Amino acid sequence: MKYWTLTEADIDRIAIGCGILGTGGGGSTYHGSLRAKALLRAGKRIRMVRPADMAPDAQILGIGGIGAPTVGIEKIAEGSEGVRLLNAVERHLGRKVDALLGDEVGGGNGIAPMLTAAMADLPVVDADGMGRAFPEVQMTTFFIHGQAVQPAALADADGNVLIVTEATTPKMLEKLLRAGTIAMGCTALMTTAPMSGDFVRRFGVPHTTSQAWSLGDAVMTARAAKADPVEAILKQSGGVRLMRGKVTDIGRRVMAGFTRGKLTVAGLDADAGRSLTVDIQNEYLIAREGEKIITMVPDLICIVDSETGRAIGTEELRYGLRIDVLSMPAPVLLRSEIALASVGPRAFGYDFDFVPMGVSADAPPVPHYQEDA
Amino acid sequence: MLRIGVDVGGTNTDAALLRGTEVLATVKTSTTADVTSGVGAAIRTVLAEAGVAAASVNAVMVGTTHFLNAVVEGRHLEKVGVLRLCGAATRSLPPMIDWPENLRPIVEGGAAMVGGGLNYDGSEIAPLDIVAIRAACRNWRAKGISAIAVCSVFALVDPRMENEAAEIIANEMPEASVSLSHRIGRTGLLPRENATILNASLNTLGRETVGAFRLAFAALGLDCPLYLTQNDGTLMSADFAERYPVFTIASGPTNSMRGAAFLTGLSDAAVIDIGGTTTDVGMLVAGFPRTRSEGAMIGGVPTNFRVPDVYSFGLGGGSIVRPEPSLTVGPDSVGFRLPQKALCFGGDTLTATDIAVAAGFVDLGDRSLLKHISRDFARQALAQMKASIETVLDRMKPSADPIPAILVGGGSVLVEGLLEGTSVSLKPDHFGSANAIGAAIAQVSGEVDSVVSLEGSTREKALEIVVGEARARAVEAGADADTVILAEIEETPLAYLPGNAIRVAAKVIGELRA
Repeated sequence: MKYWTLTEADIDRIAIGCGILGTGGGGSTYHGSLRAKALLRAGKRIRMVRPADMAPDAQILGIGGIGAPTVGIEKIAEGSEGVRLLNAVERHLGRKVDALLGDEVGGGNGIAPMLTAAMADLPVVDADGMGRAFPEVQMTTFFIHGQAVQPAALADADGNVLIVTEATTPKMLEKLLRAGTIAMGCTALMTTAPMSGDFVRRFGVPHTTSQAWSLGDAVMTARAAKADPVEAILKQSGGVRLMRGKVTDIGRRVMAGFTRGKLTVAGLDADAGRSLTVDIQNEYLIAREGEKIITMVPDLICIVDSETGRAIGTEELRYGLRIDVLSMPAPVLLRSEIALASVGPRAFGYDFDFVPMGVSADAPPVPHYQEDA
Repeated sequence: MLRIGVDVGGTNTDAALLRGTEVLATVKTSTTADVTSGVGAAIRTVLAEAGVAAASVNAVMVGTTHFLNAVVEGRHLEKVGVLRLCGAATRSLPPMIDWPENLRPIVEGGAAMVGGGLNYDGSEIAPLDIVAIRAACRNWRAKGISAIAVCSVFALVDPRMENEAAEIIANEMPEASVSLSHRIGRTGLLPRENATILNASLNTLGRETVGAFRLAFAALGLDCPLYLTQNDGTLMSADFAERYPVFTIASGPTNSMRGAAFLTGLSDAAVIDIGGTTTDVGMLVAGFPRTRSEGAMIGGVPTNFRVPDVYSFGLGGGSIVRPEPSLTVGPDSVGFRLPQKALCFGGDTLTATDIAVAAGFVDLGDRSLLKHISRDFARQALAQMKASIETVLDRMKPSADPIPAILVGGGSVLVEGLLEGTSVSLKPDHFGSANAIGAAIAQVSGEVDSVVSLEGSTREKALEIVVGEARARAVEAGADADTVILAEIEETPLAYLPGNAIRVAAKVIGELRA
């Protein structure tokens, strides 16, 4: 079996890349990367494995955080929540879990499964269910392709574990998990139903941790060489620059837990005289020049600082920021008809159909995968 | 009321004497290594210039970078024992995990994570573990540690547990000084804990510095209360400053901006503070500096102090001007050596000040030494400096609409005329000492940032409790209770969850008690 064993330097790269793939949302990677590096320093290992290398009948568990970010920055994780989840799910299933993965590579959840993996010494599959960030748990390629609703589970810092063994609908599951999260102090770690190796190979967005690493590596290499990190991102991602410019207007409001708004960017340098708008619903969803839509969800709209290449989240936007608006084609799996029903423009309340930008190509794995010694 | 404001910067110490709202005199002197002798000299000069007796002064306000420099240089810091009240939670990220490698060994005195801590709704994560706290105290005593930082999960929801822990520590280690997180930081455990540790670490330096100021002022014949300016431009009494030195750490830019507001009467404007080495551009909103959305890094330590949103870049009176290969101004500077290095003072370096003198913007040194600088070259260099300020100004402005700009600081002589994107560009009288004037006119504030559960309460009642707590803090810090008004209130529903908890941040401001 070939593994990619992560170093602290890899974590820094992956965190930068997860930020970019967060498309404006996904939450902070700060606690996650601090924890991952502390675990590596304590002698734990984090090993990535390619989805194609998983046995078809392997059991794979998706792990990620749930709750209010404001609570998560105060009541920080105890550390072995994931191990307790894992143990509880294994007892319930009556069999061992073979590997973990993240449902969402964008933002902090791109690192979450690595922490449990380090403690339980399980590999992490180099794949996820979004290839970016989305606001709702069920917006994954896994749910779209029939991932079971149960069992799902929650664990908190204090030692409580909740397993949902039956839920009549995904909506009911969501309600049960939210109620459990509130009882746990509004911050918890969760798993969705275990998936087989074959299912993840077919319906997971492949090599997204590799992709995050490559983006982060491009940014860090460019910074060290005093080169343009944004050019490096474009070269690495196969994306295009929609505009280099500055934020001239940002309308934003919070509604039912979601941030909605519209961003206006005025072009600078080669783009002087042009203007771009971006619709926001937690993530960057639609980019327009005048009336013309240039990029739409699920294709990725990523906004980065023009100077540093650092991803700019929706909550950081303000007048005068020098930014580059980039767009990258969504992974192949997000562009299918069945996927677009859940994550296409109509799923976010728009009355037009998806028109792709560029050609989808799944990211290759990093070359670091080696035969286990 | 006669007030003296003093701003101690890295290069210069400025002092200003005000009677009510009238500026009687301002003075700029060199900062001294021991800080207090430079401050003493500045105060003596400003009193002499105005012909005012020291004994008639009613208050002295000092803004100082002394504590910031201590952290940045890693000097005069004490080792700190950290007590985190958390139960099982938070152990994945122990105290000081995000400190820089150079500072951590200097300050680290051993951490204990013990039973205690709260949930967002005020319920206990675990009961306070008194036995574990006592054991930690014995351990710190054995190591000779006497500065302790206490930080509870959700301490801002209910401070009682931190207070109880402080009592236990006081019994076990009567000689210890204890910093409590609920008095220091905002929501966000790691940055609040970090700020609390920094405060504990500055404890002895705080006492010594404030003590030295007291002695120096007594020697000058001043018989009045002493205040220090905080990060937000408001005052704290010297007694308070001894216990909370960390609150002074970012007061410099704030004082300049408040001074600029006072000198022009404008409450919403851009402030451009041009010093010897750098230019700081910030925004005044309702008379106070706009703050950064993210917390401040202090000597590489992440904290969640609200500090002014200031953009600094390398342009000042001492900026080095190079004609070749293409004209550049800065970012390097001769800094405090300007009186020796600049051409107009007989030095060997072409500086931004020389250009301003050559252009006739200011009369300094010997203009005949600058005859070789052509009018065209000077015009070009000045245009470039102005353009660099305009670019930053545009970046900082809240919208594309033109706004008033206020130029302050000694380097303001570099700029003449209207800046692009502004409705008016003002250079008020005493512009060179706006920072000291800002210190002199400072008010007193109280701040609380807390997560409040609305279970069994109403929103109105919850807001009232938070504002009341902020008010009590302002009065404790020296405010006249009758003048205290609510300056800011920010309510954030906790995203992703039903509306049974809100985060409330409140700040009140009042006039200094006479």
